[in-house]
Amino acid sequence: MRRTGAQIVWEMVKREDAEVVFGFPGGAIMHTYHPRQEYDIRHILVRHEQGAAHAADGYARASGRVGVALVTSGPGATNLVTGIATAMMDSSPIVCIAGQVPTTVIGSDAFQETDITGITLPITKHNYLVTDVDDLAGVIHEAFYIARTGRPGPVLIDLPKDVQQAETDFVPPEEGVRLPGYQPVGPGDPEAVCQAAALINGAQRPVILAGHGVLISGAMEALRAFAEKTETPVTLTLLGKGGFPESHPLALGMMGMHGAAFANQAIQKADLLLAFGMRFDDRVTGKLEHYAPKSRKVHVDLDAAELNKIVPVDVAILGDLRQVLEQLLPLVEPVSHQEWLAQIDRWRADTRIRDVMNQPENDRLLAPRVIYAIREATQGEAIVVTDVGQHQMWTAQYYHFDQPCPLITSGGLGTMGFGLPAAIGAQVARPDKEIWAIVGDGGFQMNVQELGTVVQERLPLRIALINNNYLGMVRQWQEFFYERRYESTYLLNPDFVRLAEAYGIRSWRVTDPQETHQAIAEARSHPGPAFIEFQVVQEGEEGNVYPMVPAGAALHEMIRRPTVAVEADRSKEG
Amino acid sequence: MNRTLIALVEDKPGVLNRVSSLFRRRAFNIESLTVGHTEQPGISRMTIVVDSDRTDAQKVAQNLCKLVNVIRVEDVTERPAVMRDLALIRVRANGGTRSEVMQIVDVFRARVVDVGMDTLMIEVTGTEEKVAGLVEVLQPFGVVEMVRTGRVAMVRGNGFNEQ
Repeated sequence: MRRTGAQIVWEMVKREDAEVVFGFPGGAIMHTYHPRQEYDIRHILVRHEQGAAHAADGYARASGRVGVALVTSGPGATNLVTGIATAMMDSSPIVCIAGQVPTTVIGSDAFQETDITGITLPITKHNYLVTDVDDLAGVIHEAFYIARTGRPGPVLIDLPKDVQQAETDFVPPEEGVRLPGYQPVGPGDPEAVCQAAALINGAQRPVILAGHGVLISGAMEALRAFAEKTETPVTLTLLGKGGFPESHPLALGMMGMHGAAFANQAIQKADLLLAFGMRFDDRVTGKLEHYAPKSRKVHVDLDAAELNKIVPVDVAILGDLRQVLEQLLPLVEPVSHQEWLAQIDRWRADTRIRDVMNQPENDRLLAPRVIYAIREATQGEAIVVTDVGQHQMWTAQYYHFDQPCPLITSGGLGTMGFGLPAAIGAQVARPDKEIWAIVGDGGFQMNVQELGTVVQERLPLRIALINNNYLGMVRQWQEFFYERRYESTYLLNPDFVRLAEAYGIRSWRVTDPQETHQAIAEARSHPGPAFIEFQVVQEGEEGNVYPMVPAGAALHEMIRRPTVAVEADRSKEG
Repeated sequence: MNRTLIALVEDKPGVLNRVSSLFRRRAFNIESLTVGHTEQPGISRMTIVVDSDRTDAQKVAQNLCKLVNVIRVEDVTERPAVMRDLALIRVRANGGTRSEVMQIVDVFRARVVDVGMDTLMIEVTGTEEKVAGLVEVLQPFGVVEMVRTGRVAMVRGNGFNEQ
């Protein structure tokens, strides 16, 4: 079967079960674009290559499959970089194929030449420069395998134009891959599992820290069974949301810098931390010297380099989380931790009092109420994609999941501009699902051009813009720590409703809390796409995310919401 | 203290770049790194020496293992092993000092590999301590030029490959 390199790309993408490619053509990749129509693969034309990388990422997170991005050389390839780094930090499986100048001129500073293999070396799980068309099919097969197995991540293929043009006898690669240096892990070391079980059986105040690994390894059921048998409360990382039902009595909500105060208090007072598929990011630990000082620690992760990287632990188990939990389950004794849970409930009650949702309503539009209203309207069953900033933290706090479905958000890299293109990817992956992109006015404008993609692809996406006319999270830090000097954070924004309507998107603007529910209901009943701008409180207590662990502070040293009700409560306590 | 890691890697373009990029990216301090062919075609072997006061050798090993082209990594510091460094040293030696330098060379079981009008080139193989010892006693004569390979290591007995 004679095939060109270009045809092999599509042949292999199809064999790897990818139905869709997000891309943007250009000189060094148009040869690959040319035969696409001969293959039954959908192409989504983005407006900027960064959008292609984020869309592939969003597609991967919403579907559990590998997302694919296709771009040209030089600027096309460098525009992927932020998206690749985002996928790397959040362990998201994407394969990026970038055109390259012909092998004969590589190194000569040819037009649109850049060393994208060199540039992406530290931000990919692996990458390839293909110089021989006979290697191409095998490389693509390996790339998909590496991207989706073990700790998932981005793989880049640098594909010179002459390799796309060259012809060869196409031989489909064998099912397996020959990668002597690459073995995804399986179950944990039985001895380490036994040591962990002993610690668990002896614990009085255990807390589970559940991370992204729960979802990646499909350990949701196993985690629930483990938590219920050992009566251990579960707190989630940002990317761990969806790994444990948040309405479960043992659920403590999110931990960390903007986590639930009572979750952080429980961590600090715990005598055993069970870190399941999480990596002790600085945003969840606070100051390390004072992190959970009285606790023993067990860490389960599939990446050996994460074990003992940040927090030294008593038992480190290298293994696939689901399998390790299945090993642990018969070894742990059913116990009751009534006293511990009662203590946590007292902290929880204090958190509830301070919750803005339990403050009297007024005529000001508050972002948490907007997000809570979206949650209520969708009954927590929508796929939610966020950008980065205050709205992201509010979404994590107020959009609770009971479904095993991830919150699609840039956790590790904190990439503003992620939300809209990632939501496009998610909607393409799940055309039947209701998808809400919740974005801020700062990040939204970083990739606002992708509204064009939404319309061209007729995606029924719902977009909620939380507009406070500021780079809100930076402004909040300025309010707390920089003398309220709002340096370079005020945004003179366009009329967003007219902007969205210019793209042909039905739009609503909400300024009054009374209008919130109706606008959401109308947007939901519209066939889509739909856009709602919520003009929310800009600053001050109602414009800040609480609680907040200041940078460099210990996890329990949170800035809490100051409220009249709480002050009254405090004075009662004397 | 120094720790010695042996890594077997696929002999593919860019693998050394991946390894050195990893060291830079993770801020690992490396004392020396040597790379060369092995008895198996397609597989290269690296000997990496890490100053463990500044860099955790275990973290180096764990991160190396994550590279797809790295097949195996082992810290052989605690295992009985032969460790060798090779140095070429050009030392000043004229009529008056030449015989004295050559006596020192004999004592260190080194070899003179080139003779110039005013210099000798000496080849020495041994542990880094031995090489350092030779350099120290040659210093008063005037060491004009020196190059060292960095440490290579092989485990005694059944060795590294048998594990």
